[in-house]
Amino acid sequence: MTYFPEEVVEHIFDFLSSHRDRNIVSTVCKAWYRVERLSRRSVFVGNCYAVRPGRVMARFPGTKCLSVKGKPHFADFNLVPHDWGGFALPWIEAAARGCPGLEELRLKRMVVSDESLELLARSFPNFKALVLVSCEGFSTDGLAAIATHCRGLRELDLQENEVEDHGRQWLSCFPDSCTSLESLNFACLKGEVNAGALERLVARCVNLRSLKLNRAISVESLARILVRTPHLVELGTGSFTVEHRAEAYQRLIHAFRKCKSLKSLSGFWDVAPRCLQSIYSICPNLTVLNLSYAPAIQGADLVKLIRHCFKLQKLWVLDCIGDKGLAVVASTCKELQELRVFPSDIYGTGTAAVTEEGLVAISSGCSKLNSLLYFCHQMTNAALITVAKNCPHFTRFRLCILDPGKPDPDTNQPLDEGFGAIVRSCNDLRRLSLSGLLTDTVFLYIGEYAARLEMLSIAFAGDSDKGMVYVLNGCKNLRKLEIRDSPFGDAALLENVGKYETMRSLWMSSCDVTLGGCKALAAKMPRLNVEVINDRVESDEMEENPSDMHKVEKMYVYRTLAGARNDAPEFVDIL
Amino acid sequence: MEDLDNLKATELTLGLPGTSDAPEKPATVSSRVNRRTNEECCTFARNRSEDTAAPAAKARAVGWPPVRSSRMNSCRARKMETEDNSGIYVKVSMDGAPYLRKVDLRIYNGYKELRNALDDMFRCFSLGGVEAHIGESDNAITYEDRDGDWMLVGDVPWEMFISSCKRLRIMKGSEARGQ
Repeated sequence: MTYFPEEVVEHIFDFLSSHRDRNIVSTVCKAWYRVERLSRRSVFVGNCYAVRPGRVMARFPGTKCLSVKGKPHFADFNLVPHDWGGFALPWIEAAARGCPGLEELRLKRMVVSDESLELLARSFPNFKALVLVSCEGFSTDGLAAIATHCRGLRELDLQENEVEDHGRQWLSCFPDSCTSLESLNFACLKGEVNAGALERLVARCVNLRSLKLNRAISVESLARILVRTPHLVELGTGSFTVEHRAEAYQRLIHAFRKCKSLKSLSGFWDVAPRCLQSIYSICPNLTVLNLSYAPAIQGADLVKLIRHCFKLQKLWVLDCIGDKGLAVVASTCKELQELRVFPSDIYGTGTAAVTEEGLVAISSGCSKLNSLLYFCHQMTNAALITVAKNCPHFTRFRLCILDPGKPDPDTNQPLDEGFGAIVRSCNDLRRLSLSGLLTDTVFLYIGEYAARLEMLSIAFAGDSDKGMVYVLNGCKNLRKLEIRDSPFGDAALLENVGKYETMRSLWMSSCDVTLGGCKALAAKMPRLNVEVINDRVESDEMEENPSDMHKVEKMYVYRTLAGARNDAPEFVDIL
Repeated sequence: MEDLDNLKATELTLGLPGTSDAPEKPATVSSRVNRRTNEECCTFARNRSEDTAAPAAKARAVGWPPVRSSRMNSCRARKMETEDNSGIYVKVSMDGAPYLRKVDLRIYNGYKELRNALDDMFRCFSLGGVEAHIGESDNAITYEDRDGDWMLVGDVPWEMFISSCKRLRIMKGSEARGQ
């Protein structure tokens, strides 16, 4: 291959789309490293602290799409203190200096300030797409800067961010000359936007295919918008409260009928059951339906709707759909690939909404199912074994039994055998979340059979260090391991220290790991950052020098080329 | 569970008014587990399974179940809706205003929103040339609770407030200061 001119090698590399493949070819020889790095257009950084931003830009000066992730996954559940880190600014600054041709930026779980958004808006003349997922630290002022300065912006996608509302004018900052928007998602914003400005914006952006509104947008406004955007493929509605005999509602039905390209629906906050009839005409074309923010819809109404949705591939619902509702899904949605069932009654006294029966029904009806997130009140081994047999194609399997450590209610046994069946049957399993009563045995199975597993989430499980060791020694493709409230201690942590350099990160909280154990790990493995995160309450009480026997409340370990980070807050010790 | 209405109001509970059926507020288990022994830790999961009481009565660990805050808030909203579909309408009076208003306390998410709404409603009645913002220095928002006492709005958690508020009154500065 080295006899070929570089242009040919580069052309061959063009066919490699995955980051992993490109990473691998770059290690073959110096020539390939050079060709690859100069031709790389899309860079993915899974942990923002694994490498310095400047280094990334220096190595890949031609970067057009940059994707960076910050906080560990458990930050979604408030387990990571608020100002732990994950700042976007250094990345945007480095890109502004090193890759001014940047076109797309995707950030997940990072702290993005208005200042960084302003810098972003001014630094990249070809900027086309901004995707922020689960980020925080910015306000609508930052969005105003993006709208104002990013000429030719195609995509502004804000998913589940915490955005401070500084007023409605940001949307009006899109100049009249802006006609390039193809995707606009501001569903997570709490404040109002200027409805008139929005209607004019969508009217002039003729290529708009994806529009996700926030709760503040009324049905009246939605009807007017839909009339101007009949080619929409994805729609997130705003608030869906309207008297179903009202004129606005009639106009809405009429507008929906014109939208022949709609394939994805979400939103539906506050929707009243009767209003769902307005979308019956679209249902037969739907491939994606997200009703997980519509708690007012009960099982029976959901079922009526779903009977129309026979092309559905992705369904997100609340557990008030019930086992019976899931049976209807199973018989109607034969193309279903992804199902998420969220809990609707977290604070209540648990009237069982979905159980193992619903899951078994789904598995027998939907043979193409490959991705599952299922919150339920109970699960049995028999059910899991049946599911494993019916659906061997799972790549993502996340089961959350709401009661931690709950056994199989029929047999009072742990759920080891059930999960064991899943990992044995699903050879392509990449992501797994466990729950219920589990002993070390389940980890023995996981270590032995889950060869492709990349991410494992453990909570309230296991008996001893052996459990964690089975996983570390067994799962050769493991990248992320997150554990909470499980009896794994120093012996497990230190059993296979080399493993952590093959992984992106390890999170352990409320386990039995001690400060001494963390120090030992840090000493043995200098290319890991071992972060000990102290809860605020503890820091005040703690002595100056806690003993090594002191159990660590939260520990985050990750491989890094950048050494200890210099932006850690005082409650984080990097050993 | 089905008694509701008046019986519920007179029921003795350990909970604060306005909280859910669970007598315990969500406990932060993580703050105490640091002192756990190994045995406690191992039996932690076991103890949970042995306890057959309603899930609501158990202490809830931080970050469990693993659901994002935006969804948790959605659940909270639904819980309130299913408990009582009608709004909580209370009269609002302001000294010197020719008529009273009524507000539905359920539609606000907190004190700030309530203050803003009252400000919008009563601004036109502000006396003198200076527009006094309702709730700031010169006015006090008070409410009559179930015991018939006039309380200052803002001291107690929002949900406790809306379950015990019978009517609102915006007091002018001088009266609010007890002069």
